[in-house]
Amino acid sequence: MATMRWLWRQLTSMRVALILLFLLALASIPGSIFPQRGTSPLRVNEFLKDNPTTGPILDRLYMFDVFASPWFASIYLLLFISLTGCVLPRALDHYKELRSEPPVAPRNLRRLPVHQQWQSNSDSSQIISETAVAWKKRGWRVRQGDGWLSAEKGYARETGNLLFHLSLLVLLLAVGYGGAVGYRGTVIVREDAGFANNVTQYDTFAPGRIFGADQLPPFSFELQEFEATFQRGGQQNGAPRGFRADLLVKDDPQSEPRPVTVEVNYPLRTSGITVYLVGHGYAPEFTVRDASGKVVWEDASVFLPQDTAFTSSGVVKIPDTVPQLGLQGFFLPTVSEDFSNGPVSKFPAPDDPEVYLSAWQGDLGLDSGMPQSVYRLETENMKRIGIEELAPGETWTLPNSAGTVEFTGYRQWATFVITKDPGKGWALGAAIASIIGLSLSLLIPRRRAWLRVTATDDRGNVIEVAGLSKTEAPGLADEISQLAKLVNAPEEK
Amino acid sequence: MTVNETLAQASNTMVYGSMTAFTGAMVAFSISLAKGRRLETIETSAQRTSASHQVRMGSTATLDKPSVSTSLSDDGDLGEGRRAGNIGMSLTWLGTLLLGMAILFRGLSAGRVPMGNMYEFSLAAGFAVSLTYCLMSISRDLRWLGVFITVPVLLDLGLALTVLYAESSQLVPALNSYWLAIHVSAAVVCFGAFTIGAALSGLYLVAQSAEDRVAAGKEPGRSAAIAQRIPSADRLDLMSYRIHAFMFPIWTFAVIAGAIWAEAAWGRYWGWDPKETWAFITWVIYAAYLHARATAGWRGKKAAYVAIAGYATILFNYFVVNIWVQGLHSYSGL
Ligand code: HEM
Repeated sequence: MATMRWLWRQLTSMRVALILLFLLALASIPGSIFPQRGTSPLRVNEFLKDNPTTGPILDRLYMFDVFASPWFASIYLLLFISLTGCVLPRALDHYKELRSEPPVAPRNLRRLPVHQQWQSNSDSSQIISETAVAWKKRGWRVRQGDGWLSAEKGYARETGNLLFHLSLLVLLLAVGYGGAVGYRGTVIVREDAGFANNVTQYDTFAPGRIFGADQLPPFSFELQEFEATFQRGGQQNGAPRGFRADLLVKDDPQSEPRPVTVEVNYPLRTSGITVYLVGHGYAPEFTVRDASGKVVWEDASVFLPQDTAFTSSGVVKIPDTVPQLGLQGFFLPTVSEDFSNGPVSKFPAPDDPEVYLSAWQGDLGLDSGMPQSVYRLETENMKRIGIEELAPGETWTLPNSAGTVEFTGYRQWATFVITKDPGKGWALGAAIASIIGLSLSLLIPRRRAWLRVTATDDRGNVIEVAGLSKTEAPGLADEISQLAKLVNAPEEK
Repeated sequence: MTVNETLAQASNTMVYGSMTAFTGAMVAFSISLAKGRRLETIETSAQRTSASHQVRMGSTATLDKPSVSTSLSDDGDLGEGRRAGNIGMSLTWLGTLLLGMAILFRGLSAGRVPMGNMYEFSLAAGFAVSLTYCLMSISRDLRWLGVFITVPVLLDLGLALTVLYAESSQLVPALNSYWLAIHVSAAVVCFGAFTIGAALSGLYLVAQSAEDRVAAGKEPGRSAAIAQRIPSADRLDLMSYRIHAFMFPIWTFAVIAGAIWAEAAWGRYWGWDPKETWAFITWVIYAAYLHARATAGWRGKKAAYVAIAGYATILFNYFVVNIWVQGLHSYSGL
């Protein structure tokens, strides 16, 4: 029991809070050095592949999930326990203090940092009561005694400090709640295609721990047009300058579709979810015919950008021919004349688009039961039958009488992130409260002031005014001399 | 909208002009500092501090006789160095003005807030440092601090022009938001003020070690050359604390504004992106500094080291994370 109490006292001491703060800062550092699964899972895989010995050890130490690791959690949980244990008793004390009067004036005011005294002939009790009124008007809380006045100001400082610490607790709870109940999904949508809010339609979907699929509002949209503009010329040639996606949105299956434009920084907010535009690319359109001229494929296929000039790579899998057919290659929005580095684009806008394809014949491996990436061709059981460069409208007659490939044009696609975070509003409120609390806590001076009137032999009075600053705010002397003026202190020389 | 090259060129010329003014100011401040002497000798400070520590009540006001002014203005009085110091001060104002105009013209040339890449952030940060210093010097004598302000500003501008330079241009879409102006300007203001805070904490350490040596009956040591030309350790510590205490809520605001912007741009208000992580680390370290100042056994030198560590995390975030670490905040323009 005694040790428990000792532990609790240690945990809620300023010194331990300080150490935990340092630990929190230190513990965050690896999260910025190693790639993190939460934000860049691909780079984590790459790191593990490049570092076969150290990688798994680091992984066991949660170096790729720092902010979800048990040791990071234990630091901030201890910190917040310490904070609660520290702040609640202080809140209680402060509440009592707010309801009680300032303490009695000390006997000897001369020992205080700021002190003035002078002679006066006015009546003692009159001075006290008049001063009490005057000081109160200036925002001081006063207490009158026999021949003295005691005043205090700046209680909002402590109120602010408590507000700040408590709002940090609320913030933590809001973050945890939002993460547990909400979700985050991404989806790639091509122009003229649609999306309905359904788990199966997402490309990636990360639900919170206690998320239920019934929380997906029945909302849907169609991407009508995507537009990207780029810097032309200058040092930043090709840098993006504007993205916009024009959507036709149905908030629920019954409602009328409404047009909405989503841009970077300007998401669509509806029924508790938010839709962000986060990426884009090209989807070349092909019409593939078999040897008899029958259309076996007619669609736009999403190609993924590989560089800032949008050299994009992708595949088309055509399972309905015998043998099966696969196309693999690049879409180049502005083809570079020089292929010495392979087929590359030199500008991200589709000024002079071309595809550069290789055709494969054999078994696509789709029936093997193993899940396959839609962006990669499994070529173990296939044979390459040719390579060709095509401009829009051109048709390639494949060797081996395998049919024809027509490059009919391209569409654009956009990536959307769709999130639901019901803790967001609470987090924002707590954050705002924390700034208010901090500002009060750091900027409001907490001061005490006293007045003492002592009768002297010759029927006059000695008036003393003194002050003490409980914080390091400047201006105590000025403030006390203002107070002294209210008691008719003579002007200082 | 295209970039107005004439205005962009004028902006560059004014950056050179302001560097010339700051260089002159640096020389004048050095002369002034070399000639200056602090009002209270190291010996007196050492005695006063050891006496007042016994009666201090969480307050740093000196417990001398009544109506002692606790204002800081007189302490750094430079005596003989006054003339050179005044020249330095005027040149600093001039440099600040020119730098402010350079930033304004840069913004006008591209028709946007001039905070889109590291070159522009660096101009703004240099401006924030020198403007904060100028404004602070209105109500107190800070000529002794001039060298320690103009040197970092010159380093910053030099780096901006040589390593970080980027032509004036439009913004990438991710930056095209009014949150850019709010979040980045709050951060840049903090950067400026924390630079001065760190300089004061560094000078405090110099003064404190000289005073400690004297209090222990030793020679003041090598640091005396500077210590005898700057205010007492107590006052430097207090000045540094006041800057940090004033800026901490603003830094908190800057981080929260960043989170609000991230929510609008990336779909989450906090994602532990490296840049966010380091902003958080800076925040935690400065919170630790404020706690350290209220914790027995941490006040004084240890707290000053914490403040300097906080500043080091800002520099790390700016130079290392911006340039070398992959993340969403890749706007260095390099
Ligand atoms: C999440 C962790 C915490 C953070 C970020 C934090 C932050 C801060 C900040 C920025 C201040 C400065 C405001 C001021 O000086 O008035 C402060 C003050 C204070 N904090 Fe904390 N704090 C945390 C946890 C704690 C804990 C665990 C305790 C208790 C052991 C505590 C006790 C105090 C006290 C007593 C003050 C007032 C100090 C003074 O009078 O200057 N804090 N805190």
